[in-house]
Amino acid sequence: MHACMADWRGRHGQGGGIKASPGTPPQLKRAKQQPNPTAQTDMATYRWRGRLPHLHRLEYTKNQAFADSQIKEMRGLQLPLSQTQRIRLQRAFEKLQSLSSKVNSDASVTVADTIPVNYEDAFLKGHGTTDLNGELVATVCGVVERINKLVYVRGLRARYKPEVGDIVVGRCSEAVEINFSQDAILMLSSMNMPDGIQRRRTALDELNMRGIFEENDVVCAEVRNFQHDGSLQLQARSQKYGKLEKGQLLIIDPYLVKKSKLHFHHLEQFGIDLILGRNGFIWVGEHVETRDSMVVDQANSFQQSMVLEEKDLAHTPLEMRQNICRIANAVRVLSTLGFSIDADLIMETVELSSSLKIDIHDMLGSEFHVLVAEREAERRSLMGKRRR
Amino acid sequence: MEFVSPEGLRLDGRRPLEMRQLRAEIGTVAKANGSAVLEMGNTKVIAAVYGPREVQNRSQIINDQALVRCEYSMANFSTGDRMRKPKGDRRSTEISLVIRQTMEACILTHLMPRSQIDIFVQVLQADGGTRSACINAATLALADAGIPMRDIVTSCSAGYLNSTPLLDLNYIEDSAGGPDVTVGILPKLDKVTLLQMDAKLPVDIFENVMGLAIEGCKAVVNYIREDHQFKH
Repeated sequence: MHACMADWRGRHGQGGGIKASPGTPPQLKRAKQQPNPTAQTDMATYRWRGRLPHLHRLEYTKNQAFADSQIKEMRGLQLPLSQTQRIRLQRAFEKLQSLSSKVNSDASVTVADTIPVNYEDAFLKGHGTTDLNGELVATVCGVVERINKLVYVRGLRARYKPEVGDIVVGRCSEAVEINFSQDAILMLSSMNMPDGIQRRRTALDELNMRGIFEENDVVCAEVRNFQHDGSLQLQARSQKYGKLEKGQLLIIDPYLVKKSKLHFHHLEQFGIDLILGRNGFIWVGEHVETRDSMVVDQANSFQQSMVLEEKDLAHTPLEMRQNICRIANAVRVLSTLGFSIDADLIMETVELSSSLKIDIHDMLGSEFHVLVAEREAERRSLMGKRRR
Repeated sequence: MEFVSPEGLRLDGRRPLEMRQLRAEIGTVAKANGSAVLEMGNTKVIAAVYGPREVQNRSQIINDQALVRCEYSMANFSTGDRMRKPKGDRRSTEISLVIRQTMEACILTHLMPRSQIDIFVQVLQADGGTRSACINAATLALADAGIPMRDIVTSCSAGYLNSTPLLDLNYIEDSAGGPDVTVGILPKLDKVTLLQMDAKLPVDIFENVMGLAIEGCKAVVNYIREDHQFKH
């Protein structure tokens, strides 16, 4: 007794007419103090019905400076592309894929696939695997990775997996929401007081906490440790952490932000701070003077704090806001195309856009996406040639 | 009424042991952590998975496991006559419960304690076998979301009309009043997670029909795996 199957055909993004569903405005969240008139609130991203996510070719470039980057082959790339644009985009992606070192396609697994392992060697079972009747079986869809004796499956679309020492950006609700399976906890005692003085936190501080943090504020912190029940504790112990103001919060996929030495970037020419949270929350905001509280003496600090207060109340100039928007859009474009985010790439994209005199809201249009993809393909091929 | 013609063709031209055409797409709902649209013939279903995330209702936190919630609803326009109450009616509540239990059996909930996984399934077009389509779509959405699972759950239905076991009933065959057996399996573990039947069947024929439905489930698994292997 057998069932016959009719033919299975995966669906292709159809040419010509685009299924323009008025998309959700892409994860655009702003800090409270910043009503930004130049930002487009209605950035509709048209989504192109994509293919299964874990089918994307994974790139492992030997050069760690570029880290791992994963090309989303048209997954979630919903743009109203004309025919020529689509061809150019495809060509750029193909070029990028051909440049990457080939990944063994056997390494990709789906749920409940057996992982090929030499059972005689001692090996450690890592994330995403489980033991089934003596066989090693995958529990998520992804790619099998082996490091020394550890075998694990790296899922492509999983939520953020925090590690101690990671820098994350989060939004305050009852605890801090950081795109993890639970909200993280930021204790008052693990934070610097706004006046920089180190003292014991009293009950009065607890009551006054609302003066420092309110609901929906954005904070930047570091992962301190895991509790035994799996929840996360954060700390914000130096001046560079803490509440973030005057800027935009962007949400992208966590795997696009790789672990690097530097997560705080100060873009001098724009006077803008860029914080790449490992959980996929990116903060783009006006630069805030952070100074070491130890160095500053009393008289000075009083004066400076006065100046700061005035600055706080001061209106952010239009040009600053435009710069913030431009950078934020660059990040959005890169994340839509599936390139991993780092500061250099963002700067290049921003320069590209300003050199071509593209309007800020045009940056989210399809033409710019295609341009960025092409340029990235060129850049990688140049890197490849230079290496040889 | 004749559901199987003398030549052996059903009302829609299929053979008794033939399934309807399957089509699936993943990643269709941008906001969700995982999503899938699945079509089995004319039945079209969309599933969205959110999670694992913080439990919204504090009283429901389970300290050592994830909480799995499921909601099944039918769009107003999904059936021939416009539906009055898309969710909250008894059938929807029952199917929500069934899907939740099925998915909970395969998700490794102990890996995500104190969190919540939401599965929302909505039927866009109903032409019989909505339960099965929902379970298949939910599986794909969970895989898309990267939630660790023991195995892929697939489901298929089968019936018995005109003394012939029929695979994958559509709406007309379903409303004929004959038995309708829905089976959900974990193919790798070779276990049954869902078994439902309405109407009556003698036991030996029931074995046949259930075996047929299991074959249908395996066909769905093949489709899913094949589609996964597709674009490397």
